[in-house]
Formats: sequence, structure tokens, C-alpha cells
Amino acid sequence: MILRMRGIAKSFLGIRVLSGVDLDVAAGEVHAVVGENGAGKSTLMKILAGVHAPDEGSVEIDGTEVSFAHPVEAQRAGVAIIYQEFNLLPERSVAENVFLGREPVRRWLVDREAMETATARLLQELGETSFTPRDLVRHLSIAQQQVVEIVKALSQDARIIVMDEPTAALAEHEVELLYRLVARLRERGIAVLYISHRLREVFDLSNRVTVLKDGALVRTADTAEITSDELVRLMVGRDLGTYFPDRGARPGEVRLSVRGGGNAVLDGIDLELREREILGVAGLQGSGRTELAKALFGAEPFTRGTMSPLRPTSVRQAVAAGIGLVTEDRKAEGLALRQSVRDNALLVSRSVRGAGNGGRAGGSGVLELLEAVRLHPPRPEQEVRYLSGGNQQKVVLAKWMTVAPKVLIFDEPTRGVDVGAKAAIHDLMRGLAEDGMAIMMISSELPELIGMSDRVVVMREGRIAGALPAGASEEAVMRLAAGEVTS
Amino acid sequence: MRALRSMGPILAVLAVLLVLIALVNPFFLEPAGFLAFLKRAAPLVILAAGQYFVIVSGEFDLSVGSLVTVQVVVAARLIDGQEEATWPVLALLIVIGLLVGLANGVITTGLRVPSFITTLGMMLVLSGAVFLWTGGAPRGALSETFRMFGRRDLGPVPWSVLVLLAAGTAAILLMRSDFGKRLIATGDNERAAGLSGVRVDRTRIAAFVVSGLAAAVAGILLGGFAGVSAQVGQGLEFQAITAVVLGGVALGGGRGSVVAAMAGAFTLEALFTLLNLYGISGALEFAVQGVIIIAAVAASSVRLPFRRALRV
Amino acid sequence: MTGRSRPAAATGTAAPDAPAPREGGKGRALAGRIGSTQVIYLALAGVMLVGWVLVALDGGDFLTLETIVGIQQRSAALGIVAVGQTLAILVGSLDLSVAYLISLTSLVAAEIMAGQDGGIVPGVAAVLAVSALIGLVNGLVITRLHVHAFIATLGTALIVKGIVDHLYDGPAGSVPDSFQRLGYDRIGPVPVSALLWAAVALAVWFLLRRTRLGYRIYAVGGDEEVARLSGVRTGRIVVAAHILCSVCAGVAGLLLASRLGAGAPTVGTDGGYDLESIAAVVLGGTALAGGRGGVAGTVGGVLLLAVLDSVFNQLEVNAFFKDVVRGVVIVAAVAVYARRGARRRSR
Repeated sequence: MILRMRGIAKSFLGIRVLSGVDLDVAAGEVHAVVGENGAGKSTLMKILAGVHAPDEGSVEIDGTEVSFAHPVEAQRAGVAIIYQEFNLLPERSVAENVFLGREPVRRWLVDREAMETATARLLQELGETSFTPRDLVRHLSIAQQQVVEIVKALSQDARIIVMDEPTAALAEHEVELLYRLVARLRERGIAVLYISHRLREVFDLSNRVTVLKDGALVRTADTAEITSDELVRLMVGRDLGTYFPDRGARPGEVRLSVRGGGNAVLDGIDLELREREILGVAGLQGSGRTELAKALFGAEPFTRGTMSPLRPTSVRQAVAAGIGLVTEDRKAEGLALRQSVRDNALLVSRSVRGAGNGGRAGGSGVLELLEAVRLHPPRPEQEVRYLSGGNQQKVVLAKWMTVAPKVLIFDEPTRGVDVGAKAAIHDLMRGLAEDGMAIMMISSELPELIGMSDRVVVMREGRIAGALPAGASEEAVMRLAAGEVTS
Repeated sequence: MRALRSMGPILAVLAVLLVLIALVNPFFLEPAGFLAFLKRAAPLVILAAGQYFVIVSGEFDLSVGSLVTVQVVVAARLIDGQEEATWPVLALLIVIGLLVGLANGVITTGLRVPSFITTLGMMLVLSGAVFLWTGGAPRGALSETFRMFGRRDLGPVPWSVLVLLAAGTAAILLMRSDFGKRLIATGDNERAAGLSGVRVDRTRIAAFVVSGLAAAVAGILLGGFAGVSAQVGQGLEFQAITAVVLGGVALGGGRGSVVAAMAGAFTLEALFTLLNLYGISGALEFAVQGVIIIAAVAASSVRLPFRRALRV
Repeated sequence: MTGRSRPAAATGTAAPDAPAPREGGKGRALAGRIGSTQVIYLALAGVMLVGWVLVALDGGDFLTLETIVGIQQRSAALGIVAVGQTLAILVGSLDLSVAYLISLTSLVAAEIMAGQDGGIVPGVAAVLAVSALIGLVNGLVITRLHVHAFIATLGTALIVKGIVDHLYDGPAGSVPDSFQRLGYDRIGPVPVSALLWAAVALAVWFLLRRTRLGYRIYAVGGDEEVARLSGVRTGRIVVAAHILCSVCAGVAGLLLASRLGAGAPTVGTDGGYDLESIAAVVLGGTALAGGRGGVAGTVGGVLLLAVLDSVFNQLEVNAFFKDVVRGVVIVAAVAVYARRGARRRSR
């Protein structure tokens, strides 16, 4: 075993993210790590890569216990991690990127030849001929950039390479190329840790697979001895201990419908949102859920297809037509963190004429609003950045409730939110639906998705892969989301 | 109020400076003395208020100094001593300020040129253009009515103080309005603002227009106060930015109040007054200004990590 | 000013199962390298052509030896400063203190030399030391005190201005005749000052292309986070860039002192070297955000401005008109680069 991780535990701000996880990988092994979003895969890998330090547990590489204070130390110990968002400099060449921070020197000058020769050799060994060491990274496709990252790892004599969702942004034929690369890495005796949702790849590539759920190790199994159904069950099966508000009355009229909607990322979207109904949208990372939300909201509009009541080409159009969006990342897209709760809550009503709805803009109106979203204690003048995640999300919700939209889209409404606030937000969503709103909810948390939705639609690769009724099983959702599986 | 609390440091500094001035020059405590100070400070305070709008939205306006010079030179040339020409020219000056601001805003948002470069280019164009027109040296003369604003009093109160009060009040009201809220949200988080329906580009353009307008008003006051010269606006953009930063408004936007920016301008002016009284004038003023500006910004960026995030 | 951004990718590769042809990759690389540097030189050629036509129409002769020499002379000082400014901007920063630094160093040189040949070496040494020190201060204020480059270098500029204006009212010191030759001599048709500029430009170009420091300057300017994660000491790189930038300004101060025969407190500001150097860098295609561009482009930018200058002089155009045109050219150039950048990204 070249890598042994034992008893790894980690908490962030009091929330336990990993507890007692063990992981072993041998040289030349491809080891898949699977689990839902939030299962702890990324955190575990970041601990290995030296980005975080574990609260408990140990990491051994080649028999020696290690502890990294900086990612560079992990690199020197032979660990390389390839993130989804590559760590590359677009304006520099492939060779320059590969040797960043380790430029070879001859007589005080950078030995360009050595850099390019070494890079070329690695490219050849990987069977990569579509670009040269001199090409600028910004001219390369995502698949090619990924190869650059791998070359970078190899040139650092990495013995353990972690790939985080490597195929999320690749086209079909590019995935084949990646397979070949992984095979070559295996031949070189490198241990590959492969994080993926895509079960087909897990079964095509890996020797063993580790399943994480809710921060804990569920099982490590030989891939040859497990079926995909079993795997899915291990990933999502759980006790029905969570409580969700009762589903509501029968849905009413159609408030929003799309036929044949498409743009650069989406295709063939047919969708209907009805008043009093919560439509759940499921799918793996990269399947286009957020893009769908943004298309409906006019932020990344549809370029094809029809939509009623209108097909918004701008956010303002959408808002004026009664559509709202609670974005996925509240800190980056939902809140002005240095402004007060009040100013955030009133932002939409202050920006789009005709969107505001009676009487809420005044002083007491805000307090009422904060009461309605159960923000206790209501301090309208407090800077939003000091609120907890759950309370921040409530402010975002309040912002939209101020303008009483007809359609409200939620993208990961309870991500990073504590249990208490989660329940409150769920109640609020159901309450809004009952009051007549049409709600669309994107969620990676299957229990939440299934518990809250009246209907579920599953996305895959920019299309709608299928629809499921209320109370569908998590396995059923996962199967639609992950696609065909060879077992 | 939250805003007042965050102004604590700058108000403290201002208070200390004012006390020190009064100690050296007791005349300062008398209405006439204090009003004289306000009269001198008015143009910078108004400029700082205008610059605040631009900075809080995340941009720079380097053209205000040249714009002020343009205002004064154009006024002198067009009025040429004739009283009747005063009011039309005043109107024209305002229009020029608005148009320059509009140009700055449209070029920055429409052509995606960093505001640093846009307003830099505008600075060159303005200074070049105005001297092109006047043939190298300011000509003509201002009228008494024009000079009144910068120089004379209405009863016991100087006109410039009245203008200052009006402008300051307008700025405060503007920031309290929906527009002001949208502006500061844009500077804080442009994406969140856009996704909340804010017209980000137009809001920024409006900020530049306000800055241009402020430069016009400041120019009118300065023309009366300091007279006509080619150097009347020199360095004012840097002074305005310094004042805003002193007031705790962060470069990059989203934080700080217009009152704080104006307080920063008063503080800077008080500093200059104090230095003058101690005989440190002219050149060393600049050196001190340099030290202060660095210290103020360094201090405000150091303070932040100490604010513990209170999880509510 | 720099921020994290995902590297923009070209659209997907060729048909399935067929690896994209090697030439295709290389061709794309070439197309990308016909980047901003070529644009500025094309623009330069264009301006020279237009200038030649205009001057000919006016009855003059544009491309005489006189004019070319004049262009070289005029551009030398600005060129040296702009090369230094390139380093600051490449690393994602900028330097507003160069103009006052030039004035200061011209005075330091002239005072120490005091008209004696023996004073040349100490004078030059002092200038280099003072400039390096100020560059160090700039760099440390930016990296350690976390002050925005605009404010930090503005502050330094004001401090230097204060000191210089306080101590001097007008020209002072004197430069020995032998040193003045730097400013006036020619080797054949080529002024020594132009050779100096060429030497500085080549040295910095070499630094950027062949040394680790150069590589890391591009890295830090391109994406500071990425550089940091690869173990680059980003703070040190920024400080180094600022020191070199200020030293270039110091050399420019030496050159100007040799031309004037003395030092002067206004020599830096009269030439507008702060904003002009930034303009030249930006004209040459170096991105204000850093990480992209280089000395070659800056040289083109400086030459363009000098040619514009020369054309205007020949046509006896009003000096102020020149300012207007310059302002428009700078904004237009950056707008063009911004468009190209955006188009590139959305591919």
C-alpha cells in the first residue's frame, strides 16, 4: 500500500464533515471514491493534498507518516491533485505551466530546452500528440488542459494522483482519451484516486471503490465483486429519519412552461411549473441544473424553443414577469455581504419597478418580513456577512418574498445550512407553494429532493433524462441521473 | 447607527485636528474663522462626495482635476467679464460636467475599458482640449456674480458653505434613495446585484455623472475662491481619492458612507490648515499627505481581521 | 487586480477517435502569438505611413535622418521608464511614483557628481541605491501592509515630491561634461541614449524570457493563487518587480540629468512620465491586470507615442491637440484589446 489514511476526521465551524474514514490505495491501483454531494469526498482529498489538516487521524505515504502544512509539501511528497477548476496559467505555455515554481536552471538561466524536452517526453509517454509544449494553455480544450495537469503531476514524480470529477466537463470521445491516460498512469505504478459520480467510469476504470456517506466510510469493495445497484444503495440508502412538511393540495394552473428550450448547454427542455406545486430537479454535477435555472431566469437565456408567459432575455425581464431565483451560491451571487439585512431584503424591490408588492418596503414591513422568514432575532441593520449560513439564506428568501413572484426557483436551497434552518426553509417553501406560488427546487440532497417535491425531473448532460412521481426512490433518481451502467 | 459607528476613527481624528488648530489659532473658534475654514474646504468636500459615488461602485475617476480646470478656464473665456453671461455659462458648466461624466461612464461600461484608463485618457483629452481652445493660456475673466459663489457671503454665511450644505444634503439623500442602495450593492457584489435585477451598467454610469457634476460645482467655487489659472485643478483627483480613502471607504467598493468621505475631506483640509499654521507649507504638505494616505489605508486593511464573525 | 479565472478553452477537438493534427495545435499557437505585440507594431507602421503622407502633403519630409534621430532621442527616457513600468504592471501592480523618482534621482546625480568626473561613479551608485530603496518601500507597502498599488505608489510619489520640492526650487547640481555625452553623443547616426534604452530594454526582455524571476513575474501577474499553490513566494516577486521598476526610473533620471547638465525638481513631472509610461505599456498590449504582454509591446508603444509626437511637431500642430489625440489613442487601444480579450474568452 502506497497510501494509508486512518481514522480521518474533520469539522468545519462545528459541522462534522468527516468522521473516522479509512482509505488504502496500492501502487498501480485505480481507486474510485464515490458518494453524494456533501459526503466528504472533496474534503478527504484536500486533506491528502495538504490543503486542510485533519482534526484526527493519520496519513501514511509509503510507510512514512506525513503531515502537510502547505500543498507544496504534499507535492514534494508525491501527491498531486487535479481539481475541477484547473490550476493553470492561461497566458503561459504548456511547458511553463508544468514547471511552474520548479523551473530548471542552467547557469542561472531557465533551461527552456530541458523544460520543453521533459514535457514533450511526458506527452509522448502519455500518447498525447494533439498539442506541443509550446502551445499556450488558453488555446487548449478542457480535455487537453487536463492532460497538462496530468503531465504537471507526472513531472513532479507524483506517485499518487487524485482526480476530482475528471470527466464532468468532457465530451464523450474525450472521456475515451482519459481512459487511456488513466491506463498509462496505472502502468507506471501510480496510484490513482478517482472521484466521480459517473458509475460507468467507476466500473470501467477502478480496481476498488470506496463509498462515503454523510462523512463516514460505508464500505470499500473490489469493483469486480459489486453491482451498480448495490453501489447506488450504499451511496444513498438511509433510514427515513428526516421529516419533511406534508405535501400540499393539488397543483393549479400552469404558471410557466417551456417547449424545446435550448442554448449552448441545454437541449430539448420541456417543462411545466404549476402553482401550488414543488417541482424537484435532480441530476449530477455538470448535468445542467443550474444552467436550466439561469435560463428560466433570463440570466443565461434560452436561444431556442418557446416559453410562456415569456422567454426572458434578461434578468429584469424575468423579474418583471414574476420569476425569481434563489441562486446556488448565496455569497457569490445572492447577497451583498457588507450591506445590511434590510438593504439586501429590499434590493429586488428597489431595482425593478413593478416588481415590488404593496407595503413591504416600509420600516415595519421589513420586520414583518423577517418574522415571516423566521429570522430570530430580527436585526435589520446588521451586516449580512455576520449571519450564519441558514440565516443568510433566509435573507435571500426574504428578498424574493418582497416582490411576491409567481414562480420561484431554488438552487440548492439548504446547502451549507444547519438542521434547524433547513427545516424552517422547507416549511417556508411549502407555505409559499400553498399560497399559490409555483416552485422549482434543484437539490443534490436526495432525501430533501424526494421529501419536498410533488414531482421530480432528472437532468443528465443538458437534457431531461426522465420524470418521476412523488415518493420515488432515491435509487430510481440516481439511476436516471447516472445513466446506463455496465455491471 | 451602523454608519456612524464605523466613522468613529475618522471623526476622532478630525476632532483632534480641529482642537489642535484652535489651540494654535484661537480665531478659529470664532464664527468668522470657522466659516473661513469651511469656505476653503468646500470644493474638496464636494469633489470627495462625487468621487465617493464612483469609488463605492468599484471604480476610479481620475479626470476630476482636469475637469475642474476646464470649468474655470471655459467660464473665464466665455464670460469675459460680462455679468449677463454668468447664468448661461453656469448652466453650461453644469452640462459639461454631466457630459464628461456620461462619457466616462459609457466608455468604461460599454467598451469595457478599466476606469483607471478611461478617466486617465479623459484627463489628457480635457487638458489638451481646453488649452487648444484658449491657445495655451487662460484668457478672459470671470464676472462678479460668478465669483460670488466662491468668495462672497450671503448675510453672515459664505455662499460656498450654503452650496456645500446643499450638495452634501443632496449626496446624502441620493445615497439613501433606491439608487444609492443599488449603487453600493453593485460595488459590493456586482453579480448578486445583476441577479437581483439591478441595471449594473447604468448605475455605474450614473455614478460617473454625479462625479462630473460635483467637479462642475467644485470648479465654480474654486474659480471664485482661487481665481483663474491653468493649475487650479492640479492634483485634485488625487486629493479627492485620498479624502475618500481617509474616510474609510475601500477602493474596490461596496463599503463606506458619503458622510465619511466628506469627513475625510474635512480632515485632509484640517491637516493642511494645521500644517500651514505650524509653518510647514507648500512642499512638505505633500510629503505628509503621502504618509497619511498610506497609513490610513494600511490601518483600515489591518483592522478587518480583528472583527470576529459573530454567528447569529 | 488579478483574480481567479478559469482558463478559457478552445472549442472541442476533432472527430472522435482522431487525435487533432499536430499542425493544428501549432497553428493555433502561432495565431495566438500574433497577439498584441504584432498589433502595436502594425499600428506603429500605420501611424508612420499616415504621418509620412501628412507631412509630405504639408510639404515636408518625414523620414529624414534628423527626424529618426529625434524620435530616438525623445523616446529614450520614456522608453526606459516604460520598460520598468512594464515589470510592475506585468506582476499585477503599477507604479505612480516614477515621475517624482526621476526628478529626485536627477538631483541626486547632479549634486553628487558636482561637475567632477570623479563624481560620476558615486553619483550613479547613489542613484541606483536610492531608486532601489524606493522600489523596495513601494513593494513592501503593497505586500506587507496590504495597501492597493495605486494608493501605495501615490503615497510614495507624494512623499518624494514633498522632499524634492521642499529642498529645491529649481535646477541644482551640475553634471560633468563627460557624463553629458551620454545625453548628446552619437555613434554614427545612433544616439548613445537610444543605445542605453536598447540595452535596458534588452536586459529586461532577457530577464522576462530567460530567468526564473521573469517566469514568476508572469505567473504572479497571471493568477496569484495558482502561483502561490505552486510554491512561488508571490510577495517577493512583487517586491522584486517594484525594485526593478524604480531602478529603471533612476536610470532615466540619470539620462535626463546628463541632458540637462543638472538635476531639476520638475523634470519628471514635466515629461509626464508616470502616466505616459503606463500609457505606453498599455498601448503595447500588456494587460493592466497583469500576466500578459512584455517589453516588445512596450517598445512599440513608446515608439508610437514618439512618432505621433514627431509628426505633430513637423506639422506644427498645437501641443494641446497632441494631448487630445494621445488620450483618445490610449483609450481606443485599450478598448480594442478589451474586445479581443473578450472575444478570445468566449470562444
